[in-house]
Amino acid sequence: MSTVKLTVNGRAVSADVEDRTLLVHLLRDHLNLTGTHVGCDTSQCGACTVHLDGRAVKSCTMLAAQAAGSSVTTIEGIAKGDELHPMQAAFRDNHGLQCGFCTPGMIMASIDIVHRHGGKLDETTVRHELEGNICRCTGYHNIVKAVLDAAGHMKVAQAAE
Amino acid sequence: MYQTTYHRPSSVDEAVALFGKGNDAKYLSGGQTLIPVMKQRLASPSDVIDLARIKELIGVDVSGDTVTIKAATPHYEVAQNSALQKAIPALAHLASHIGDPAVRHRGTIGGSLANNDPSADYPSAVLALGATIKTNKRSIAADDFFKGLFATALEDGEIITAVAFPVPAKAGYAKFPHPASRFALTGVFVAKTRSGDVRVAATGASQNGVMRVAAIEAALKANWSASALANVTIAASGLMSDIHGSADYRANLIKVMAERAVTAAG
Ligand SMILES: Cc1cc2nc3c(=O)[nH]c(=O)nc-3n(C[C@H](O)[C@H](O)[C@H](O)COP(=O)(O)OP(=O)(O)OC[C@H]3O[C@@H](n4cnc5c(N)ncnc54)[C@H](O)[C@@H]3O)c2cc1C
Ligand code: FES
Ligand code: FES
Repeated sequence: MSTVKLTVNGRAVSADVEDRTLLVHLLRDHLNLTGTHVGCDTSQCGACTVHLDGRAVKSCTMLAAQAAGSSVTTIEGIAKGDELHPMQAAFRDNHGLQCGFCTPGMIMASIDIVHRHGGKLDETTVRHELEGNICRCTGYHNIVKAVLDAAGHMKVAQAAE
Repeated sequence: MYQTTYHRPSSVDEAVALFGKGNDAKYLSGGQTLIPVMKQRLASPSDVIDLARIKELIGVDVSGDTVTIKAATPHYEVAQNSALQKAIPALAHLASHIGDPAVRHRGTIGGSLANNDPSADYPSAVLALGATIKTNKRSIAADDFFKGLFATALEDGEIITAVAFPVPAKAGYAKFPHPASRFALTGVFVAKTRSGDVRVAATGASQNGVMRVAAIEAALKANWSASALANVTIAASGLMSDIHGSADYRANLIKVMAERAVTAAG
């Protein structure tokens, strides 16, 4: 057992966990942040994607202890109160989800994509960059539309800040 | 996953000492191979020793005729480094096509080379560019490093600290990615050194892991162009055959990927 200290959605957190505990299990089982999903056991589906120090990572593919000292953002940490994050709003507006299982990971991966590419996103780039996120429902088309839509809004929001 | 004990050393020396104390310790870098393998209970190290936060193992250094990538530098940082993009664009291109963004944010060159997956991308660049693998003990030439499937010249407890790539005159990489994992179904790295030598390495093809391709090297040495490969045939013997592709198919892929890599190299 170790005490793992990290920041989750802006809040300092300390948890006593076994060294083999995965970050996703720390989030879901110890912090009750069940928005982060587990969709596979092969590190391929991306349903567990969170931000670690601002970068998208698969929380099923790292130990909680590896995240000690870092700052983690989950799907629960991106809205401002009742106001959805522009990426969440774009997924809703563009029908970018059906069952919703992949959606938290899709949204966290997509925010990271927009952050890294700024306003220079095109459809090909979005499709290449979403290769680590699997969706069984949508056929991806509306997800790609949502990301491009949100990229526009996020640019406007950033410019206004 | 079985029980394990996590360590976070702050230097290479401390990491080596911790390795010596564990009865079945393993280094952990990006964890993008080791963690999935531990989850499947195919590995059960008593101790995992985290290299990812050791400062002396992170960074890219480009000086004159050498690009040095420290072992725990994530694929994403390699792909984004502007000096590296200028010196060896093919290497940045390769790094930007490993797995997916989340894998690239964590996975590292040291972990990829130590693991030596027969379908991994980096081994092809290391072999074709004639890079040198630096460890805490010695320097190992690429030609002496890869020893077949998942096997390398590394001794127990030896840490890769950096990889030094000589800047080539020209280089290119093309891979046919597996549609689910993005690993190379076959990938080919072609390089023309500044002294005019040509080295070509294929990954994802041979049953013995990454390999040089003599027939393509000879053809490109005579004439550095995709058309020079039109009449080259690659033997299928010794190549992998699985549900993703037969040995014959992979033999043809080696040629087609080499043509694309030469075209990309210009
Ligand atoms: C979904 C997915 C897709 C992927 N797609 C690709 C792909 O397309 N192409 C590709 O090439 N790879 C791919 N990978 C593998 C990825 O690139 C890994 O990051 C890489 O192979 C291992 O690097 P790591 O830093 O994660 O190593 P780890 O998983 O931390 O370690 C791997 C092994 O290397 C040892 N090790 C680590 N660092 C050192 C060191 N410095 N010295 C000595 N030993 C060390 C460890 O003990 C362990 O045995 C993929 C992985 C995933 C999960
Ligand atoms: S649950 Fe993490 S990649 Fe599938
Ligand atoms: S909406 Fe169902 S898996 Fe993506």
